[in-house]
Amino acid sequence: MLEIRWHGRGGQGAVTAAEILATSVINEGKYAQAFAAFGPERRGAPVLAFTRISDSEILTRCQIYEPDIIVVLDKNLCTMEGVGDGLKDGGTVVLNTDQKAEDYLQIFGNAGKIAVVDATEIALRELGTPITNTAILGALVRASGVVRLETLEEVMKQRFKQFAEKNVNAVKRAFEGTVLFEAGAKK
Amino acid sequence: MGRRVGISGNYAVAYAVKMADVDMIAAYPITPQTTIVEKLSEFVANGELDASYMNVESEHSAISACVGASLTGARVFTATSSQGLALMHEILFMASALRTPIVMANVNRALSAPLNIWNDHSDAMAQRDAGWIQLWVRSAQEAFDTTVEAFKIAEESRLPVMVNLDGFIVSHMYEPVELPDEEEVKKFIPSRPLENRISTKSAHAVGVVGPPEYYYEMKYQAIDAIEKSRVKIKEIDREFNSRFGKSYGEVEAYGMDGADAALIVMGSIFGSAKEVANSLREEGKKVGVISLRVFRPFPIQELRKAVEGIKAVGVVDRATTPGGVGNPLYNEIATALYDMPDRPAIQGFVAGLGGRDIRQDDFRLMYSATEKAAREGAGRCMYVGLRE
Repeated sequence: MLEIRWHGRGGQGAVTAAEILATSVINEGKYAQAFAAFGPERRGAPVLAFTRISDSEILTRCQIYEPDIIVVLDKNLCTMEGVGDGLKDGGTVVLNTDQKAEDYLQIFGNAGKIAVVDATEIALRELGTPITNTAILGALVRASGVVRLETLEEVMKQRFKQFAEKNVNAVKRAFEGTVLFEAGAKK
Repeated sequence: MGRRVGISGNYAVAYAVKMADVDMIAAYPITPQTTIVEKLSEFVANGELDASYMNVESEHSAISACVGASLTGARVFTATSSQGLALMHEILFMASALRTPIVMANVNRALSAPLNIWNDHSDAMAQRDAGWIQLWVRSAQEAFDTTVEAFKIAEESRLPVMVNLDGFIVSHMYEPVELPDEEEVKKFIPSRPLENRISTKSAHAVGVVGPPEYYYEMKYQAIDAIEKSRVKIKEIDREFNSRFGKSYGEVEAYGMDGADAALIVMGSIFGSAKEVANSLREEGKKVGVISLRVFRPFPIQELRKAVEGIKAVGVVDRATTPGGVGNPLYNEIATALYDMPDRPAIQGFVAGLGGRDIRQDDFRLMYSATEKAAREGAGRCMYVGLRE
């Protein structure tokens, strides 16, 4: 079982990203859940979403407290309390940031791998708007290999219709532009 | 051939309603139900579903419109949650007494105050005496399958059916769902005109005054109908199995071989309770879990069979009866088991009110308290996960 926690802000599409990933995994014949810890829906407010992935049927419906992977869609969320909480030792962190992975070693002290990508820049260039969810998916796939890029593209085509192409481009650019840093913490 | 898709519980309900080829939908949006009727209005707008979609100004009007449409023989659907269901309260009793086979999805959500959009079972429990059949689902797959079954149960019992699914935990969770072919669903629940319904050709009054000389007998007919629906629910689930290869039963028991203690739950926590039971079994603990899929009519015989040989059961309520003896589910279980020769000790729990997550440790605590009840007898109701 692989558990992913997404941190974003209302409007950035963290929940949509969690759902696209789960749908892609399901389309590849595996099992997945995507869900959110909804609050009052406000633009800009911190949002939590979750994806669970497994080769066999998933029984639990508890929230995720000890994720294998943490994905952060807005670098300013990293300094907020609780973003690194519960990460499994040696786990993976995927960050949207224009800074170096090394800058985050203190916040994610037990991370095994930190993947960074400037998803905001990619989103602005490809979509014309700072909605970073699809770009960060590209980084997540690069860092984890949880799903094939082609499957992700297929799901995005169905979901985004006329906006799919731009988003697929954002995913591809982020996939290529992601920098992987071995942070070194062991599992 | 069916297809396997990744969709939310609410979308699973919407697909079931579409495949059931309903004639009329009347609804008022409310979180966390909204995406059901949103999807259905999309189906109607783009021509995938040939139904009349009625926007109303409140849930009271939504259910009233459904009663009226159902009396004409139409297949009708509505969906709501929480305050919306509470606002329907008085009409719910009319829907059952007028024997209208309405199917309603109730996406379980806490009742205010304080205002809370998250899951618990207070909304449905407050309507348990309204004469509706109440089914409870545990996953998006079941939300689909049970909604399909619900139309057949409603029409063959001539009673309204409430399909309950946990807000967010089922309604908004994306997970795998096997969707059958629409044609197969239509064969399972063929549309057919119901007799004795009002129309422009045969106008008659319904819902008229029932003085003391008549009211009692008419009320009894609805009581008798829900009693008789027990057989229908069983038959229809069996028929669903022969067509779609899945059956759920009224009560599902998990890991009960040689178990001393078992939790009894309703709704989506069944999965988490099973997972924790598996871990405890590996640690040598003899625990299992029982889930009720049907709450009205209450499955007395099936429950008694499931608890045979068990020393203690722990009943998990996600709703309360303030000032009452126990809580809604606890009270039903206690009554159903009261005159059983070797009845188990019954430990009550309240958990997960207003969307509070029921964590793995909470399940461990409940299993362990139920095991303790098996040795020493049950204690007072425990409020699990409540901060001091």
